Amino acid sequence: MVSKLDEQAVRHVAHLARLSVTDDEVARYAQQLSRVLTYVEQLNELDTEGVPPTAHALPVSNVLRADELGHPIQQEQALHNAPRQQDGFFRVPKVLDQETA
Amino acid sequence: MTDQAITTRTIIGLEIHVQLRTATKMFCGCPLKFDAPPNTCVCPVCLGHPGALPVINRQALAYSMLTGLALSCDIARHTKWDRKSYYYPDMPKNYQISQYDLPLCEHGHFEISVEGDTRRIRIKRAHLEEDAGKNLHDVPGCTLVDLNRAGTPLLEIVTEPDLTSAEEAFVFCTELQRLVTYLGVSEGSMQKGHMRFEPNVNVAIDVGGTEYRTPIVEIKNLNSFKSVRGAIAFESQRQTAAWQEDHDYVLGKVPNENRGWNDDRGVTEFQRPKEAAHDYRYFPDPDLVPVDVTDEMLAGVTARLPELPIARRARFMSEFGLSPKDTEIIVGHRGTADLFENAVKCGAPVDILGKQFVNVWLKLANDRNVPVTDLSVDAERMARLASMVADGSVSATAANRIAEAMLDRRDPPDLLADELGLVQVQDTGAMEAWVSEAFAANEQAVRDALTNPKKAKASAGFLRGKVMRISGGKADPKLVGQLIEKRLSELRE
Ligand SMILES: [Zn+2]
Repeated sequence: MVSKLDEQAVRHVAHLARLSVTDDEVARYAQQLSRVLTYVEQLNELDTEGVPPTAHALPVSNVLRADELGHPIQQEQALHNAPRQQDGFFRVPKVLDQETA
Repeated sequence: MTDQAITTRTIIGLEIHVQLRTATKMFCGCPLKFDAPPNTCVCPVCLGHPGALPVINRQALAYSMLTGLALSCDIARHTKWDRKSYYYPDMPKNYQISQYDLPLCEHGHFEISVEGDTRRIRIKRAHLEEDAGKNLHDVPGCTLVDLNRAGTPLLEIVTEPDLTSAEEAFVFCTELQRLVTYLGVSEGSMQKGHMRFEPNVNVAIDVGGTEYRTPIVEIKNLNSFKSVRGAIAFESQRQTAAWQEDHDYVLGKVPNENRGWNDDRGVTEFQRPKEAAHDYRYFPDPDLVPVDVTDEMLAGVTARLPELPIARRARFMSEFGLSPKDTEIIVGHRGTADLFENAVKCGAPVDILGKQFVNVWLKLANDRNVPVTDLSVDAERMARLASMVADGSVSATAANRIAEAMLDRRDPPDLLADELGLVQVQDTGAMEAWVSEAFAANEQAVRDALTNPKKAKASAGFLRGKVMRISGGKADPKLVGQLIEKRLSELRE
């Protein structure tokens, strides 16, 4: 089975990722991403009947830590790589309503 | 059809976020502080730096299981972590770690009592997730971001749509707050935003046997019990009116929507249609391995499950004979109920302790604005004072003064009673003399008590007060009453 990611799906994913894409890019990505999906779909050829679903690649569970204080970093360090800061805060462009943004 | 009588039924489900009372965040060791300077409780993990790896806080997991058990949920033996993708500056990783298809707790219920009726509200699920940071919007031209809160452990509890009124939802939320504070899994402070509520509301309208349902409205981010009640009551009326205006205002024809509560105006306001809600693209978080809840883990948590408030209230009423009102006050907080129960175990007579506890100890605590458990009076000394009233060695009134003295001094109440001269005189000889003195000084009252039926009772009471005053509070008021009656009947003969 070959899946095809149509242009509408590309626009939707781009919107979810807050990426702006041109019409040319939409056409190109639709093809490229479809090829990626087709490649990955080879996995469907495997018979997974009776194989329990895995949530993780490693056969490991219960990696937990005690509720003990770790090592927070200084405010100055935290903001060090921020493009803009103000009064100890990260400063970002005005957030509009999530849907109109 | 508009002429026909309609009956309406409000359908309410709740999503509640409870902040857990851990010392550190869900996936890193940063402290949870309410009002620290911005971006000072952060590290590469909660800042979402590339390559930083989250590790699950064991205590958050235990608190969640404890809450799940208290809500009669099944605890999943296998649970995992998923990424919920969205883009917002308060979430620097661009995803929130949550639990999607394998929540830690499922299929529970929680009983509440509404106007005397017990209602069982089903719990659909309860899962662990991390909180976002905070965006400050009240700055011109930009948004400021504080990530101290990012990564705070939250338990999201989701009910089935079993609630039927604003009042019921209000009771549910208050009882849930009581439960989580009782369990000690959350501070449950509304001021600090430890509990946030999102009701889903619609209305079933019955017209001569045909039912219409209005679209479901999700009211976002309520942070007080009052706003839960207000917003649901408003929505219920708004939706009914909207349907009466336009019978196409029904589920399926009009999209579900998100609305916000305007506390000042007392109305809900449209935010966006639900169809446009995010596609969160959940997928398993490769940075976290699953949790397999072992028998041992489950037994450890089960052993810590205390008697729950609703069961304890019932027992306090039946076992101790407390009134519903007093029970409510005493069982409201776990420490308070424990203190009361320990005092009973120390031998306090329950009837007297019950009165003293509410009228004396809780009042003293209230006046000082501290919990009764912080009064530095332990169960044993409380029990002793109650026993002293029971055996008549001090009067109930004198006990108030002794109680106050007990706050400052750790001496036994007997010693304090003695020092304050409040030990009741049981010696009838001394009391007879006080009665004579009172009778001699208040002849009019004696005459009224003997001859004026209208004033007889009040006059006897007046005389008793005089005797108590002469005795300096040391006379046993019951005995004084008997002596006065005896003296009066002698005079009548
Ligand atoms: Zn951190």
